[in-house]
Amino acid sequence: MPQDSSKPGILLLGVNHKTAEVGIRERLAMVNSDIPPLQFFSSLNVCDEVVFLSTCNRVEVIAVAPSIENAVAKIKLHWLEKSGLSLKDASNLYEHKADDAIRHLFRVASSLDSMVVGEPQILGQLKDAYKKADEAKTTGTILNRLMHKAFSVAKTIRTETRIASNAVSISYAAVELAKKIFGELKGKRAMLIGAGEMAELAAQHLMANGVSKLIVANRTLARAVELADKLHGKAVSLDEIPDALHEVDIVISSTGAPGYVITAEQVKKAMRPRKHNLLFLIDIAVPRDIEPNVNNIENVYLYDIDDLSGIVETNKAEREKEALKAERIVEAEVIKFISWLKCLDIVPLIQGIQNKAEETRLKELSRSQSALKGLTPEQLKAIDTLTRSLVQKLLHDPIVSLRKSHSEGEEQALALMDAASHLFKVNGSGK
Amino acid sequence: MIKTLYELLLTGALCFYTLATVIFLVQFITLKKRMEKAATGILCAGLLFHTSAIAVRWAQAGHIPLVHMHESLSFLSIVIVAGFLLAQIKNRLKSLGAFVTPLASILLACALTQERTIVPLPPALQSIWLPIHATISIVAYAIFTISFLIAVMYLIQERQIKTKKLGGIFQRLPSLDGLDAILGRTLALGFAILTLGIITGSIWAEEAWGAYWSWDPKETWSLVTWLLYAAILHQRFTIGWRGRRAATMTIIAFLVLIFTFLGVNLLIPGEHSYATRLQ
Repeated sequence: MPQDSSKPGILLLGVNHKTAEVGIRERLAMVNSDIPPLQFFSSLNVCDEVVFLSTCNRVEVIAVAPSIENAVAKIKLHWLEKSGLSLKDASNLYEHKADDAIRHLFRVASSLDSMVVGEPQILGQLKDAYKKADEAKTTGTILNRLMHKAFSVAKTIRTETRIASNAVSISYAAVELAKKIFGELKGKRAMLIGAGEMAELAAQHLMANGVSKLIVANRTLARAVELADKLHGKAVSLDEIPDALHEVDIVISSTGAPGYVITAEQVKKAMRPRKHNLLFLIDIAVPRDIEPNVNNIENVYLYDIDDLSGIVETNKAEREKEALKAERIVEAEVIKFISWLKCLDIVPLIQGIQNKAEETRLKELSRSQSALKGLTPEQLKAIDTLTRSLVQKLLHDPIVSLRKSHSEGEEQALALMDAASHLFKVNGSGK
Repeated sequence: MIKTLYELLLTGALCFYTLATVIFLVQFITLKKRMEKAATGILCAGLLFHTSAIAVRWAQAGHIPLVHMHESLSFLSIVIVAGFLLAQIKNRLKSLGAFVTPLASILLACALTQERTIVPLPPALQSIWLPIHATISIVAYAIFTISFLIAVMYLIQERQIKTKKLGGIFQRLPSLDGLDAILGRTLALGFAILTLGIITGSIWAEEAWGAYWSWDPKETWSLVTWLLYAAILHQRFTIGWRGRRAATMTIIAFLVLIFTFLGVNLLIPGEHSYATRLQ
């Protein structure tokens, strides 16, 4: 049930890597603005609560406003203007209202809207954004609940689907494999041959996972030294590779060499000095650097770029399948959140009933004024008290039931609220 | 048919073991963490029943229930289960339960098919060395059984990685180095205990028959088994025999061990009479 857009509600405006190029995204992030984004949006006086999310792939404003339409128009206008963009750039912005906004936020938190589906950073970034808003006191009942719900949805999806369980990049796949061979990577040694970007990335992942010692081999020693310094490793020349094979556990090769840099003969010879410790070789060079039949040597495992791409493709397909499961979880949570929102209307409803009763009482009293003329002030006061307590007594039970129903489950509460607003002819939003 | 308290307890233990096996196997497929905890709990319950059963048997027989084939198989099964549970406390090996529990259940089921009337202990076996030697030997066998299962897991996982089949099985088995490290540890422990078993056996032999070593078939085959495990460990520590070859050798040594445990008694008559009751 989409909410009436003139009623107060949740809205979300923003751009991501799909809708806007980086030039626009970085302007909308308002990094160089003279006023912090949260204060800026609050100062527009169109929304009650606001959270501002800015990552390298997306910039979003999530807000609760008394009038969604009004707020969307005004935020869009001033945000673009403040960011030095013109109104025609508005086509880059997406706008989600009410349940669409909730759904979008849940999908962002669960990394279903990310460039790499299932990547884990976005949840942390969203938490930071919420923390900032919380510190700036720009959140209230609705956004507090909404953000916490988004975090818990993300967590549920992470544990109940396998959306983030497999590596979807070559370097991650290499690290995952290394873990399956060595278990712990702590204390393992790696050698990087060649100074390609992908090999460097893989080496960084390995180091981040505990690999303690790194040897960098390169045709030009100067480049090897440079890279070794950067990665806190040791530089060697290509001639020293056979010796280095005695002491390393993982080799990543990505040279531009036309022939083999490591031959099966060299590896075979290295196995005895290695005490037959397992050796994992990753060849991401084209043409290949490592002789393919190295894989036939006992306790040696060789993976080339095609093997790794194969793993990545399988994992990506797996993730997409899991994403469908995740979407179902999101959908269920959106419905739950909407009914929670509707239950929020209970306070205005009760207020409405009480107001109406009081109005009626006063109206009826004034209508009887002529008939009550002869009474003493004490008697008049007694009549006033009488009517007041009569109204209170009559309303007491219905109001208590309404309040209680709130805690007894959303569905029941909604049914009762609906009935109450019909019986008393009071609008749910308290008008 | 269940007639006695002993049989009731033992059957109860088998039921728990079987249930734990089923849950471990389902867990192997679904990878649900909670199932593993449940299966471990059920296995503990089975162990409790099994321990009570053996205690009851001990009280009834008046000597350690390690004389028949029935008793030996049952004891082997309980030590494997206990060993597995202990190992899980120290370093949990992913999916080991799915390999250990089926075997432990089968061993106990086999034990239940054996003749199990209590017979008076022959004079030759009435010695303090009976509980010592028999217990130590069975513990060694149990540890080698676990190292055999780990070797099997290693070979399966090694094949997956070598042939680049990184599917379900690959994801469900532990890392190669992790398996290899635990394989080394169980082999070393099993070997130390087997050595103790052979020493206590020969002391007992001297006491009972007047000779430490008389080349009885059981003794000879025990020595062969011992030498095989010694060779595996020696190669491992000196030239670093590990990985596939070590795993394959562990499996071969285990087959010889089975022959020592069962085959010798079935095929060749000797002093280790417990197997003569095998039907």
